Parts: sequence; C-alpha cells; structure tokens
Amino acid sequence: MRLIPFMLALGLPAAVLAQAPLRVDINAGLMQPMPIAVPAFAPGNGGNTEAGTTTALGQRAAQVIAADLKSSGLFRPIDPAAYTSAVGLDEVVKPEFPAWRTIAAQALVTGTITANADGGITLACYAYDVFAGSEIARQGFVTTAAGWRRAAHKCADLVYARLTGESGYFDSRIVYVSETGPRTKRIKRLAIMDQDGAGHRFLTSGQNLVLTPRFAPEQQTITYMSFENNRPRVWLYTLGSGRQEAVGQFAAMTFAPRFSPDGQTLVFSMSVGGNADIYRFTLATRQTTRLTTGAGIDTAPSYSPDGSQIVFESDRGGSQQIYVMNADGSNQHRISFGDGRSASPVWSPRGDYIAFTRIGGGRFGIGVMRPDGGGERLLTNGYQDESPTWSPNGRVILFARSDRAGRSGLWSVDVSGLNERRLATPLDASDPAWSPLLP
Amino acid sequence: MPTLPTLPRFTLLAALALALAACAAKPPVALEKPPETARPQAPVADPAPIPVTETAAPAAPALVPGSQADLRDKAGSDTVLFAYDSYELSAEARAVLARHAQWLQQNPGVRVTLEGHCDERGTREYNLALGDRRANSAKNFLASQGVDVARLSTISYGKERPAVDGSDEAAWAQNRRAVTLVTSR
Repeated sequence: MRLIPFMLALGLPAAVLAQAPLRVDINAGLMQPMPIAVPAFAPGNGGNTEAGTTTALGQRAAQVIAADLKSSGLFRPIDPAAYTSAVGLDEVVKPEFPAWRTIAAQALVTGTITANADGGITLACYAYDVFAGSEIARQGFVTTAAGWRRAAHKCADLVYARLTGESGYFDSRIVYVSETGPRTKRIKRLAIMDQDGAGHRFLTSGQNLVLTPRFAPEQQTITYMSFENNRPRVWLYTLGSGRQEAVGQFAAMTFAPRFSPDGQTLVFSMSVGGNADIYRFTLATRQTTRLTTGAGIDTAPSYSPDGSQIVFESDRGGSQQIYVMNADGSNQHRISFGDGRSASPVWSPRGDYIAFTRIGGGRFGIGVMRPDGGGERLLTNGYQDESPTWSPNGRVILFARSDRAGRSGLWSVDVSGLNERRLATPLDASDPAWSPLLP
Repeated sequence: MPTLPTLPRFTLLAALALALAACAAKPPVALEKPPETARPQAPVADPAPIPVTETAAPAAPALVPGSQADLRDKAGSDTVLFAYDSYELSAEARAVLARHAQWLQQNPGVRVTLEGHCDERGTREYNLALGDRRANSAKNFLASQGVDVARLSTISYGKERPAVDGSDEAAWAQNRRAVTLVTSR
C-alpha cells in the first residue's frame, strides 16, 4: 500500500512558541494523562470512496486516532459528547480555542479527509496546544481509500511524537500465534493484525503446530517454527505470496528464530542429541555458523539494534539466566543475577533495555534490565506471563499471559510498569511479535 | 546444504550409555540437581495413572504384534515420567525402557520415535530444548540396551502437547514425559 506523507503548506504565522511547549512527560508518573480532543475530521470534499464517504471516514479516523492515543496511557481523549461544536473546514486550521478551553482540552487534533480523483484519499492532520492557542504539528498523507486507517495511525504517531518527544508506534502490526481447543490438542495458527487489533487475518491453517513468529525488519517476511511433517524446524513465511519455506536442511530440531536488524541473517537454536546451541544462518549464502558450544541449553537469541551483540538465555550455570555475547559468539557473559530464573530476553529497539521473562515462586512475570544487567525491574506478575516483544519505539512491551485454566491472551504494559491492558484477539493468543514502524 | 562442522555426535557404548545419556559432555546442569531419591515429589511413586496415547485400542482381543498397543501391553506402559526440570531417568523409568528395549529386540522390524514433553512451567523455547533432552535420554538408554540407533528417532514437543489438561501437581507430573511411539513396523 502506498502511503505518501507530505508537509502541509499553509501560511500560518510562525510566532507562537514564546511559552513552554506543551509536553507529555513520558517518564513521570503518568498519573495524569493529557486531556486531548479529537473531533471528527472534516470532509475535504463531498466525495465517496470504496471505503465510505469522506464524512464517514472523517468520523472513523478520529476514533482510530483517539483510541491509539488513549491506549498509550499518556492521553485521555475527551468524550465527543462534551464537544460544543463540530469542526468544519474553516476550524480545522483555525480552531475556536476558547471553546476547547472550556472543556479543559490541553491538546486538539483536527484534520480533513478528501477523496482524490484516482480513488484514493488525502488525510490532513493538525495538532494544537489549546492553552497557548498555537499549532504544534501538521502533516498530510496520500493513500488508497483502504489505507485510511494507516493514515490515521500516522496522524496519531505524529501527535504522540510531537507531544512526548519519542517516536510513535501506532502504524505497526503484530504477528502472533492464535490458539484454540483443549490444551492436549491445541490448534495453533499464525495470525497478523494491526497494532490496535484491526485487519486481523490468519496466515496458516492450523494443520501444523506453529510457534514463535518474528518479523523481518522489512516486514514482508516472518520467521517462525513449524512442526510440518513432524520435523520441528525454522521456517520463513512471505506475506505477499503466502509462500512457506523451511530454512536450511538440518537433521536436528531448529527453533527460536529471529532476524538480525539488517535482515540478512537469522539466529536460532539447534538441538543436537539434546544439546541446544545457537547458530547464525546467512540467508544469501545459506552459511551456518555455530555461536555457542558449551554444555547446557542455549536459546532465545535476540540481536541488539545495532547488530553487534546478541542476548540469549542459557542454563550453563545450573539454571536459566540471561547472557550477552558479541555477534560472532565471542565474549559470552552472564548479565542476570536476580531471583529465580530469567528467560526469553529481547533487546529493545532503542537499545536501552532488555525485556525478559522471570520465573519464580510458581509464577511468570515480565521484567526489564539494562544490557549490563543493572536496573532490573519487574513489570508484571501473572500465572504465566511470557514472550515479551517491544513496540517499535521501545516504550511498550507486549506479552502473552496464560491462566491456570489454559486460556491465553495478549497484554501490553508500559516500560514504566503502568498501563497494563489487554489487546483483544478473536481467539486465545500467544507468542506475539511487534513489527517495526511501517514505512 | 550448510555445513555444520563441529556438531557433537554420540557414539554410544552400551556400558557407558547410561552415564552419558543424561549429560553427554555436559556435567554442570545435571550434577547441580539433587539426586533423584532426594526429590520431595517423586512423580513415579504412583504407578496407576500413567497416560496412554490416543490410539489406545479398546482393551480387547488379539494385539497386533509390533503395534503400539502391543508395546503398551508387553511393557506395561509406553511412557516414562521425569522430575521437574529434569531429564534424568529414574529407576522406574529405566525399568520401563528396559522392557521397551526387550520388546524392540523381539520386534526387529519396528522403528520408534521417542517423544519428549514438558509440563507448562517453563518458557516455550526452553521447554522445546528440555523435551529434546528427555527424548534423547530415552533414546540413549534404549541404545545402551543394544537397540540399533537407526531404529530410533526423537522429537520434542516442549509444552505444546500435554497428556493431561490441568495446572496442578498431578497433571504436571503426567506431562513431564517421554513416549516411545511406534512409527513403522
């Protein structure tokens, strides 16, 4: 899908930044999410598209943007019932700030949706500091009619980025394992959806047991594990074509795959005679390099964002703990020394934290630590919380939570430990992986 | 075809196999665990609820020689159980597997897959590896009893295929297992 952002050129007075800029402090307590108004986007023309009229799309776009901002826990969209007036075309670029002040909105998002001659749409997005009465961001997006949701997510990302100082994460997707049936005969399918749960679809039929899908950085390929033909191996799934292909021709089980940040390489475990070690597989040359050699289970490798290091788990010291090594396998050293066992580490795309699963006291929780092992904090505690994955901006962790009855679902939590919330899925769910921001 | 130059290969000598089975060239993990007898909850204490696989034939007439039902009948069970986070074979597990080996000698055309399984109390990737250790413990024991390794294959299901749907000690004990599954005869 083509989605072309452009700067909206409008001759606004460039004057208004005298006072302190409106800002969400992302690291503060988050106890007071910023009140924000997101009125329906105005129809730029009376056009109709295959996705609906511009009026209808304008309403739905505002709802998508408000839901995105609310889900971050940093914003509190004000109920549209409180709005004193609709926002017509004129008010999109010249809001009635006093009216928005009366409902205590601190920020305002307005916009337009216009039907284009080629059947596509243009979504224009504006954000304002209500109390200063000043514009803080604007951008336009040209896309297909069906792409209106992505354009709305891009608008929400723009607002989030301008108000938090961090990049956004709303225009992104999640691949995960959809689960159904009793635990003894669980049916598992790969499924993909937008970050907010929209656009859900299944990728595999459920005939084969599938586990641990992960995006390639270009997001058109997913690596995962399949038990096809009773040969548990690492596979690749190509999103456009639906093509599925086994990785290499290994005699032993390969599992726990992930891409390198440049997409050229996979890392995964191979278990030979009961000894699991980590291997690097170069996709272009099909060259395999063994990175760990010792006794014990070495698995769950994850690259640092610059590709220079790999974090993984090993029980070489007697119990599952987290280790870091250089990408060539050198300098392997343990970084986790907390209580209990630590497993399934994932390096944040920002590089500042490693998320992991903590097992102890009969429960599983999600935690974070710095790459040197310091600053450990546990963020969640459940019967079984596992398989963390990072939002593209490294602020939110998505994970799988199972209960004692065997039901499972996807949950997210802010890296601060606040804003724990469930992400709805059609069936039970596990093994989530968050994509990078879509281009 | 990728080359994997340094993979360890087990050459199993019968006399050594038991010692090697659980921990070929990897002492630390196995040795740090308490000895089998010191474990508080020995899952093999109660022989009654050993699970049978789904292909269980109705308890009835003529067992087909070399079939799964025949194995279960002659050996008493097709399954051995493990302690939590362990892949060491208990005395009881070795006794069951010895009967599997005997049965395999009597049915020389049979090939089996050793399935390794875990309870739910481990992370997904770790349990895949642990299940592989359990499957290999069983396989290596059978090999130590003289069964040709060409007749033995392994697969790990990690925590993906529990025998019992439950989240208590009784269910977990049944789910930490290796199953000897007849694949051809």
